[in-house]
Amino acid sequence: MRSKGKLKSAFLAAFPNTVPILTGFLFLGMSYGIYMNTSGFPFWYPCLMSLTIFAGSMEFVTVSLLLGHFDPLQAFLMALMINARHLFYGISMLDRYKGLGIKKLYLIFGMCDESFSVNCTANIPNGVDKGWFYFFVTLLNHSYWFIGSTLGGIFGSLLSFNTEGITFVMTALFVVIFLEQWLKDKNYISALIGVVVSVISLVVFGKDDFIIPAMIGIVGVLTLLRKPIEGGKSAK
Amino acid sequence: MSVSQHIITVGMVVIGTMLTRFLPFLIFPSGKPTPKFVQYLGKYLSVAVFGLLVVYCLKDVDVFSFSYGLPELISIIIVILLHLWKRQMLISIAAGTVCYMLLVQFVF
Repeated sequence: MRSKGKLKSAFLAAFPNTVPILTGFLFLGMSYGIYMNTSGFPFWYPCLMSLTIFAGSMEFVTVSLLLGHFDPLQAFLMALMINARHLFYGISMLDRYKGLGIKKLYLIFGMCDESFSVNCTANIPNGVDKGWFYFFVTLLNHSYWFIGSTLGGIFGSLLSFNTEGITFVMTALFVVIFLEQWLKDKNYISALIGVVVSVISLVVFGKDDFIIPAMIGIVGVLTLLRKPIEGGKSAK
Repeated sequence: MSVSQHIITVGMVVIGTMLTRFLPFLIFPSGKPTPKFVQYLGKYLSVAVFGLLVVYCLKDVDVFSFSYGLPELISIIIVILLHLWKRQMLISIAAGTVCYMLLVQFVF
């Protein structure tokens, strides 16, 4: 059948592009599942959350939100801020995802950092259906993350060593992402604004209530300092 | 928190996340330039937010009583040095976490 061949060729073209992500997602997904497990949640929490949220950083943060006091507004705003970068992925994919029908909904839903970077940069071979290529990249990444998280959630309780301190995996993850962006984008001023405003907010508002003021402060300071930040960049 | 409060919290996270992914397709018709301020935030907000997240992870550290945040500090320095040296995300994360686990279990 013609359509079956189309799916197969798109899958075969997509899979090699996702292999680097396979290792990363299995590792991070499992860490996330184990983290949830050691925080006292049954395996179907990471299982369902990896399916529905599908945004790694935010899922780690959600664990600590679930452990804190009930604050849906804070949960919503944190998801918005932490994933704000996805807005710009969407903007760059507007044209590429045009006219792909119902698949487009899943492509947008599954546009995590990794799906975006593969779909944005991949050279799709001639004759391969673009829409299905994007679809399989997204689906494979989603599956890796789901499998990793679920395995971590199930087998976390079987770990025979003392897991005290394993929650540091989240800190280490964010330190590495922060450092990566520091090295790559060289937006030192905004990096420092993020840290300094958050620390001030933490001292002023205390650890349970500092997130929302910190987010408002960061956007406010970035808005006020727009001229020097942008000017400093272009002068170089 | 009850299970239904868990579901609401996760639901809010899903809505927030999906909003950031779907919004551009709803409000920016392709072909039109994105507003300058939105472009600016896109470029500079991300790193600041990860700075916030690092602080968020360390919010429970008490620098005025034992262990004074030393296990965190030492492990973060190891993550940074290792990452500057090898630039391998998974190695940096794994080594930093193992270091932290050893420190809190056997040293502090």
